[in-house]
Order: sequence, then structure tokens, then C-alpha cells
Amino acid sequence: MPIQQICTVVEMTRLDASTWWMVLEVGKLVFEHGLMGGQFLHIKCGDGQLLRRPISVARTQWDEPEDTAALIFEVRGEGTRWLSQRKVGDKLDVLGPLGNGFDVSQGGRYLLVGGGIGVPPLMEYAESPKWSKVAVLGFRTKAKAFPNLVSRFQEHCEQTYLCTDDGTLGRRGFVDGQVRKIFEKESNFTAILVCGPKPMLKSVAKVAAEFGVPCQVSMEERMACGVGACLGCAIRMKDGTMRHVCKDGPVFHAEEVDWDA
Amino acid sequence: MREEYRFLPEVTVGRAGNGCAPEQVFSAPEKPDTSHIDQSVELAGVPLKNPVVVASGTFGFGREYGQFFELSELGAICCKGLTLHPREGNPSPRIAETPMGMLNSVGLQNPGVDAFIADELPFLRQYDVRVIANISGSTPEEYGVMCEKLSAAGVDMIEVNISCPNVKAGGLAYGTRPELAAEVAEVAKSHATVPVMVKLSPNVTDITEIAKAVADAGADALSLINTLRGMRIDVNTRRPILKMNTGGLSGPAVLPVAVRMVWEAANAVSLPILGMGGVSTGEDAAQLMLAGASAVAVGTALFADPCTPLKVRDGLAEIAAKQGLNTVRELTGGLRPW
Repeated sequence: MPIQQICTVVEMTRLDASTWWMVLEVGKLVFEHGLMGGQFLHIKCGDGQLLRRPISVARTQWDEPEDTAALIFEVRGEGTRWLSQRKVGDKLDVLGPLGNGFDVSQGGRYLLVGGGIGVPPLMEYAESPKWSKVAVLGFRTKAKAFPNLVSRFQEHCEQTYLCTDDGTLGRRGFVDGQVRKIFEKESNFTAILVCGPKPMLKSVAKVAAEFGVPCQVSMEERMACGVGACLGCAIRMKDGTMRHVCKDGPVFHAEEVDWDA
Repeated sequence: MREEYRFLPEVTVGRAGNGCAPEQVFSAPEKPDTSHIDQSVELAGVPLKNPVVVASGTFGFGREYGQFFELSELGAICCKGLTLHPREGNPSPRIAETPMGMLNSVGLQNPGVDAFIADELPFLRQYDVRVIANISGSTPEEYGVMCEKLSAAGVDMIEVNISCPNVKAGGLAYGTRPELAAEVAEVAKSHATVPVMVKLSPNVTDITEIAKAVADAGADALSLINTLRGMRIDVNTRRPILKMNTGGLSGPAVLPVAVRMVWEAANAVSLPILGMGGVSTGEDAAQLMLAGASAVAVGTALFADPCTPLKVRDGLAEIAAKQGLNTVRELTGGLRPW
């Protein structure tokens, strides 16, 4: 169940010109409310912005005196710009935990596929010792593949494949091509967990369907309330019904999503 | 199970001077004692324990925000707009933020009136709170059928939406033409056994024309304002942000329009008014009440802070206390005109 609380910024690191690593003290949100990576926090970004900003959680930790949650976010507008100007010790008005996160209740072996700013929400799934995993991470260019982030995947996954759009790091091309190459060799995965821009989700979901691997995708949509009340962040499902990214998602089973909507 | 409602600690951090100076924490001013203030009001004969209602379309059927505070703390809940049959609503994007406001084009997504009665009303009935059903029809007959069903199901009041800017049939057309508005009000009234409140659109030249037509048709109360039609464009892609191109503007930006229209409507008709549009503080609510509203609804401000309705309620009581009143209802129509 989500709650509203004031959280303290305890770490603030600039990863590049537009990307930030922020760690918040989140009370008992991890221990008591089960906050985990892949869910999101809805953060009030000053008095100048009416709406909160949904920020995905990269990793969480039980801790004393308070649990912590690490966020990686990109400055995309005024709200995230305000957020990027916070300093250690500053207080934030936060709603959470919100959203569902990936379903890994079956354990087993997972293929983690992230693109750009969609990589961080997979971090906790990469680090967990409870299941084995292979990662495919895609970035626009080498400068966007933050070494501290990539190394976490390399350290904990059986194998970490890197792709860049311009070929400056790893394989040149998109992640769906790499996923196809992996599946052509073996498709022994409990599920494939995907987070990234919508066209990437769509193409990876298509490959997963071809090889019959269950696919979970983390979706994005413009959002207002973040809790399921305003019905703003609707996405159309194959059966014609609308589901909501904030409450029913952000993670959906790829085969249920109407990719042509 | 339920988290007891409490305000967040007051954290007002101000930086002195040029922003480089050390942080200084200013404490909040002392609040007046409000224990003696009678907060109850009446809306179309229905007693509310306080004047704060939550606006239709911003609160679902109470389940989501019920996680943050006790629903029985509210004066009433205006439920998400219902139609005779389920509706999936409009394609996304449905939301665009604007300066101190937002546009929406949800398009009356709802499970239909029967599903509301079967699945949602029993949930709301667990709480000691007034339930106002909000309905939209594409014909006057549909309004009539829904009024019968909802009256029989035992809602406390019906809010007739003649002003949704996001649907093609009916919707705004009923709200902008006095004779159509009157026809819908009359049909609703003749099929309902509970009070009927008609929700007016601000997208008209003269709100008093519609208010009078609806009053003459027998409505028990008015609610206003619905959202103002607006548009936002992404200059890089040159596309409207909303997939439906235009949407309804709400949030603090619309408060002055709401105050003006409530004042105009209150001067034109003698019906009780549920005032809404941009309310996020007790002072905002007090403006609407002074302009003539008997109760106020909080909507979009919920998205910024889920506890806004309770803060508005307490803020109203504080204003009443500061002004030496014993009841908040004394604020209604208390404007001192020039």
C-alpha cells in the first residue's frame, strides 16, 4: 500500500550532462511496504510544477536508520531539472511504493533487456542472488553506458551483452538483434524482462513471441495522479480494454499489450 | 490496516539571501483553535459533515485515495463519471501538464452504471460519507434510465454532467445550449428520487443563461465549473500533446474563472451551488464560498497532494475561526461587493 512521506536525499551524483544518480532515505518503505526495483516513486518537484514526476527505482536496500532507494533519472523538463538541483540533506515529498515491478516469483533464469534510461530499473533484478540471469544492455553511444551501472550487471549476470546504436561499445545495433542471436542458440529462460523506449519493447516482444519465451515489458505513459484515480496513463490491451501504467503496470505481459494502438 | 491520516511534518526550508547562504528553517505560524467551529453544511437538502467534496473524475470510486486517508473524513465523494454502458475512453496521451494546471482527455472511461452499482457502491457504503453519482448520457433518455437505477441503488445525490468536453455525442453540446440543458435536467429530475445537481460547463458565453434554464427545469443544485477546453503543442514534433488534440483544463490556473462563474451563477439563481475549479487551499475554497457556493470540490490538487481535501477542510475551519464565525456555512454568499 502506498504512503506519502518526506524523504531525505542522502546521495546525489551526476552521471553525465543530463543523468543523475540519487539515493533517498525512504523510511521503512522497503522493509514494511515492499518497495523494489522496477516500481516507481511519485515525487513532488517543487512548487512550480503542479504534477509529481514518476521516477523508476533502480535498487533498494533495508537499512538503518532508514531504508534507501536509488534512482537514476534523466533531466527531461522543468520537473526533473528541479529534481537534479537537489543537494544531499534536501527533503522531498514522495508517494510510494507505486506500480508493480517485474514478476520474478517463479525464480529460475531471466533474460534482462534494458535500453538507455530503461537499464536502471533492471538493476535490482540483475543483482539478486535468487535467480540466474543474462543481460542485454543497449545505449545510444558509449558515453551513455555509465561504467558504474554496467559493471553491476557484468558482476552479477552469467553474461552481459552490450549494444550501442553507433557501435562505440559492444555490438553495433539494437538490443532486439542481440536477443534474437541469444535465442537462436538457446531460449531456456523463465521470462525476458524488458525496460526501455516503446519501439524497443515492441521489437523485443516480437522476438520473444517468436521463440515462445514469456515476456514482461515496463511501459511508460504521461501520468498525473500515479495511484490509479485519474485514468490518465491508459494503454490499450489486445482485448480492447484500457489498463493503467501507474496502477496495473508499469510492467505488463507483452502478449496482452496492443502494440498497434 | 489503514494508515491513520496525519499531516506530513512541516518542512519549510528557505534560503536566506542569494542562495549560497546557509539554510534556514522557518517554522509555520501558529494555527487558531477550530474545535468550536461547526463544519456541517447542506447541499440540496443533503447534510454534509463538512463542505469538502472530491470532484468527479479525480477520485475514481474512492479506492485509491482511500489508501491515504479515511474516506469518512470527506463531506461527499463525487464518483467518476458514469455512462449507461461501459466506455474505454480516449487513446493516450490523455494528460498534458500546463502552467499551474493540466489538460486531460480521458473521455469518460468507466465501467458503466450497472457495474458501479454492483461493485463500487457497496465499497463506498462501508464508509460514513455521502455518495454523489455523476452521469453522462448521449440522449436525454439515457440520463433518465441512469437516474432511475442510481436512485434505486441508494446514492445520496446525482450530479448530471452536461459538460464533458471530451466526448463527441451529448457531453458539451447539452451544456452549451440552454434548451438542451433544460431538457436533460427535466428528464433527470423526473426519473430521480434523490436530489439532482447539474454540472455546468464554463465553455459558454453566459453561464447565467444555462444556470437559469437548468433552475427553471427543476434542478436541485448546480455544480461548477467543469474543465475549460484547452490545447498544448509540442513545438519540436509540432503535434498536440494530447492524442485528441484538445482537452479540459483544470488545476490552480482555473480558480479565478471558477470564482467568477460561481459568483455570476449565485447572483442569477437561488439554487445551492457546489463550487469547484482549482481549489488547493482553504483560502481557495473560502473564495468560492464567499462567491456563493454552499460546498466546494477538490479535484486536480489531489494529484499534487493526496491529502489536499483534508487540508482544505481544516484551512476553511481556520479561516472561519480567524473571522470569529461559529460555522463555515456562514461564509456562503458572504462577499462584500464594491
